[in-house]
Amino acid sequence: MTLFKKLIAGLSISFFLISNTSAVESQDPIKLTLHDWTGQHITTNIMAEVLKEAGYNIELIQADYIAQFAGLQTGDLHVAMEMWETTGRDAIDEYTPDGRVVNVGSTGMDAIEEWWYPSYMKDVCPGLPNWEVLNECAEAFSTMETAPMGRYLGGPVTWGGFDDERVEALGLDWEVIHAGTDAALFAELESAYQRKDPIMLWVYAPHWAPSKFDGEFVDFPAYTTECYTDPSWGINPDSAYDCGKPRGPIWKIASSQLKDKWPGAYDAVEAFNISNDEMGKMVAEVDLDGKALEDVVSNWMSSNSSRWQSWIK
Amino acid sequence: MNKKTFFFSQQKNIFIIFVFLTAFISIYGKSFLKNSDLFWAFKYPKNFIIPLKTYISSFMKWLVESANFGLFTFKELTRAISWCIEIPYKFVLSLIAKGFYQGQGSQAVLLLSPISWMAIVIIMTIIAIKLNDIKLAVLTFFSFLYLAVFGQWESSMVTIASIFIAVPFGVLIGLITGIISYKNQTAHKIISPILNLMQTMPVFAYLVPVLVLFGFGPVSALIATIIYALPPMVHTSYLGLKSIDPFIIEAGRMSGCNNRQLLWKVEIPSALSSIKVGINQVIMLSFNMVIIASMIGAGGLGYDVLTSLRKLDIGGGVEAGLAIVIIAIVLDRMSFVFIGSQKIYKNKNMNFFNRNIYFILVTCLILITYMGGSFFSIIQSYPSTFFISTSEFWEKSIKHININYYDQLEITKFYILKFFMLPIKKFFLSIPWPWFVLVFTLLGWHYGKFKLAILNFSLLSFIVVNGLWMKAMVTIYLCGASVILACLIGIPLGIWGGLNQRANRILLSITDTLQTLPSFVYLIPVVMLFRVGDFTAMLAVILYSLAPAVKYTIHGIKNVNQEVIDAGIANGCNKRQLLFKIRLPLALPEILLGINQTIMLALSMLVITALVGTRELGQEVYIALTKADIGRGLVAGLCVAFIAIIADNTIKSASKRLKNKYGFI
Repeated sequence: MTLFKKLIAGLSISFFLISNTSAVESQDPIKLTLHDWTGQHITTNIMAEVLKEAGYNIELIQADYIAQFAGLQTGDLHVAMEMWETTGRDAIDEYTPDGRVVNVGSTGMDAIEEWWYPSYMKDVCPGLPNWEVLNECAEAFSTMETAPMGRYLGGPVTWGGFDDERVEALGLDWEVIHAGTDAALFAELESAYQRKDPIMLWVYAPHWAPSKFDGEFVDFPAYTTECYTDPSWGINPDSAYDCGKPRGPIWKIASSQLKDKWPGAYDAVEAFNISNDEMGKMVAEVDLDGKALEDVVSNWMSSNSSRWQSWIK
Repeated sequence: MNKKTFFFSQQKNIFIIFVFLTAFISIYGKSFLKNSDLFWAFKYPKNFIIPLKTYISSFMKWLVESANFGLFTFKELTRAISWCIEIPYKFVLSLIAKGFYQGQGSQAVLLLSPISWMAIVIIMTIIAIKLNDIKLAVLTFFSFLYLAVFGQWESSMVTIASIFIAVPFGVLIGLITGIISYKNQTAHKIISPILNLMQTMPVFAYLVPVLVLFGFGPVSALIATIIYALPPMVHTSYLGLKSIDPFIIEAGRMSGCNNRQLLWKVEIPSALSSIKVGINQVIMLSFNMVIIASMIGAGGLGYDVLTSLRKLDIGGGVEAGLAIVIIAIVLDRMSFVFIGSQKIYKNKNMNFFNRNIYFILVTCLILITYMGGSFFSIIQSYPSTFFISTSEFWEKSIKHININYYDQLEITKFYILKFFMLPIKKFFLSIPWPWFVLVFTLLGWHYGKFKLAILNFSLLSFIVVNGLWMKAMVTIYLCGASVILACLIGIPLGIWGGLNQRANRILLSITDTLQTLPSFVYLIPVVMLFRVGDFTAMLAVILYSLAPAVKYTIHGIKNVNQEVIDAGIANGCNKRQLLFKIRLPLALPEILLGINQTIMLALSMLVITALVGTRELGQEVYIALTKADIGRGLVAGLCVAFIAIIADNTIKSASKRLKNKYGFI
C-alpha cells in the first residue's frame, strides 16, 4: 500500500468513526469466535461485515468449539455464530442456565446428520436409500476386517449420535467404526470415492462433502423425541434409538455482556438468518473452487444488501 | 562359572517362568474365572472407582471463580502473567508479521508495515554468515526464499514470532529452575518428579486448564508451548552445573568469589555447553507444539496445516508442514553452530563503523525496504501471482497410489493386523490387573529395589482405582506393537548408519524431517490408504518414534572404543563377528536408551492418534478436551504419564545393570 493510499484510508476511517460513533453503544471490539470449518468462517464473517456496516468494532478470535464456552461465560468472548443442536446440546444445557451465556436463536440453517453413501453404491444395492435393505447389503459394504458385517464409519466418539445403539436396536449386521476427526472421516470418503469402493459413513450438512461427492442419506424411520426416550416406540419394542438422527437448528450463542453492552448488535445477531442452500453453495465455492473467503462473503453482502440492512435497523 | 554369572542365569530362569506364567494366565485365565467371584480381577468393579476427576474439576472451578489471595484473585494473577507474555509477543508479531496498528478490532489503522520479506531473508542470511558458516548461509537463504515463493510467508512469520517468545521464556525459566535445583537438594527432589510429569503428560490434558486460567488466544498457546518445552532445559542445565569439575569451583572460591560471583562468573560459564544443548532442545520442542498450539488460537503454519487437511487439501498441508520443518532445521543448525562457536572478542582498536558493520548494514536494509515498500509492493510482500504450488503433485501421487496399489496395501495390512497386532492386543487385554501389578512390582524390586517397586506399584494402582485399566492396556498394546516394529526397522538402519558415513548422513536428515514434520500431515494420507483404525494409528506412531531408535543406535555403534575393535581385529574377528560379538554388545546400553526414548515418543504420539479413532487413554484425553472436562483430561493424562514413567524407570535401571555387567563406568 502506498503512503498516499494509507493516508486516505486513515482519513476515511476516522471520518467514518466520527459519523458513526453516535449510532452504536460502545466502541470496544465485539469478539466473534472462529472455529475450524469453512461454513462457520463464512457465517461469522458475514455477521462481522454486517456489524461493521452498523458501525461496531469487530474482532475475530480463534477458539475451540466447546472450550469457547468458558470464554463466553467470563465475557472474554462475545458471539459464537454456529452451535449445532446435534453436537452442542450438552454444552448449551450446561452453560445457559445461569444466564451468563444466552442462546440467541436459530441461524436459519438446519443441521442434517445421517448415514450416507455414494450413489454408485445403488448399483450394488438397488434398494437404497431405504434402511430396511441394509442387512441384505451388509456384505457389499464389508471390508476384510469386518466381513461379513457391513462397515459403517461413524463420527468421532465426541459427536455422540448413538450409532452403536441404533445398530443394536434396528438389528443391523453392521459394525460401527469411529473416526477420530472429521478430517479422517472425509479422507476415507475421498479415498473410497476415487476407487469407487463401497463406503457408508456419517456425513453432515451443510458441508462441502455432499456437494463434491454424489450420493444420498439413508432413510431411517424419522426421529421423534419418544424414539430416543421411550423403548416401546418404533419398530423394536424393547429398545430406544430405533430411528434416524435428529435434525436440528444451528444456534447462535452469545455472552450476556453482548446484550448489556451492545444491545443493537445483539438485535442484529438475533435477526441473522441464512438458509442451508445458500450456505452449502458458499462453502463449496471456497473449499472446492478455491475462491477466497473474503470474496465469497463480499459477494453475498452485495447481492443481499436489503436483507442485512433490515437486520441492523 | 563364578558366582556372579550363576546369579544371573538363575535370574534368567525366573524371568522365563514369569513370562510363561503370564502367557498362561492371559490365555486361560479369563475362561477359568468367568463365572467365579474372582472376575473382578479382569474388570475392576465400578463402585470402587475413586471419583478423582470430579474432585479435580471442582477444585479448578473454585480456583478460577473464587480463589483469593486477599489483594487479588488467583485469576487476576494468571491474567497478569499472560499480560506479561502478551506484550513482547504482540510487539514481535507486529514487527515481522502483522504491522503496527492503532486502535482496536476492525477500526485499527495501520501505522507501520511489518519488516519486508526481502529484508528478513537477507538478515537471516547475514546472521548465518556471521556465524562463519557459508553452507548454513546458503541453506538459510534458500529456506526463507521457499517460505516466500510457496506462499507461506505470513503464517511462517506468525509461527516464528511465537517461537521467538516461547524460547527465551522457556530458557530463562528453565535455567533458573535448574540453578535452584542445583543449589538446593530438597528443591531438586521436589522439582524432578514434576519435570518428569511435565514431559510425559499429553499436552491435550492441560490445554483446557491453561485456556481457562490464561484466557483465550495466542498467549495460552504460548504458555502451553513453554510448559512442554521447558523440562529439557532444566535437566541439561542441572546436569551441566552438577558435572563441573570440583577443582574449578575450588579455584573460584580460593580467588575470593562470593556466592553470586561464583555462580555467574564460574559455574554458569563452565556449564555453558550443556546449557546451549538445552536451548537447542527447547527450540525443537517448541516446533513440535506448533500444530497443537494452533488448535487453541496460535494461528500460523500449524493452523494452515489443520485447515488444509480439513479440506483434504493434502498438498497445502504438506507445503505448510514442510515450511515448519524448514524453519525448525534452519534454527536448529544455527543454534548448533552457535554452540560450537567460541566467543570472538572484538578488536578494541577498530572504529565504530568497523565494529558494528553488520548492525549498520541491517538497519540500513530495514530502512531502505521500508521506503521501497511504500512504492513497490513487491518489496513489502511477495506477490501472490508468483506463488509456486506443488499441491497438485501431492494430490496426484496419493490418488495414483490409492487407485493402483490399494489392494496390495489392504492385504499387507490384513496380515499384520491378524498375525501381529490382534494377538498382542488379546494378550494384554486378558491379563488380570492384579497379576500385571504384581509382575511390575517384582520387576521394580529386581532392578531398582524397594524404591522402584513402590513406584511401580503405586502408579499402576492409580490407574486401576481410577477405572482406566482397560484403556491403559489398549494404550500399552498399541504403543508396544509400534515400538517393536519401530525397533525392528530402526535398529538395523541405525547399525547401517553407524558403520557407513554416507548412510549416516542420509538417515539423520530423514529422521530430522520425520521428527519436525507435524504428524497430522502424514496422518490423513495414511488414513486414505489404510482406513481409520489401529493399523493407521500404529503406522503414524512408528513414523514418529523411529528417530531415537535410529539415532541412538548410530551413536552407540560409532562410539565403541577403537582399541576394543582393534583388539578384536588382532584376534582374527571377521566383519560379522566384529559386529555381533563386539560392536553390538558394547553399544547395547545406548541402544536400550534409544528404545526407551522410542517408547516415550510413542506414548506422546498416542494422543494424536486419537484423531484417527483409536480407543485408548489418548482418546480419553481427547474426549475430555472436546468436552472441556478438566478433571477427566488430567486424570487420563496422568495415567499416560505414569505408564511412561514406569517404562522409563524400569528400562533405565535395567540399562544401568547391563552397563555394570559389561564393566562400563
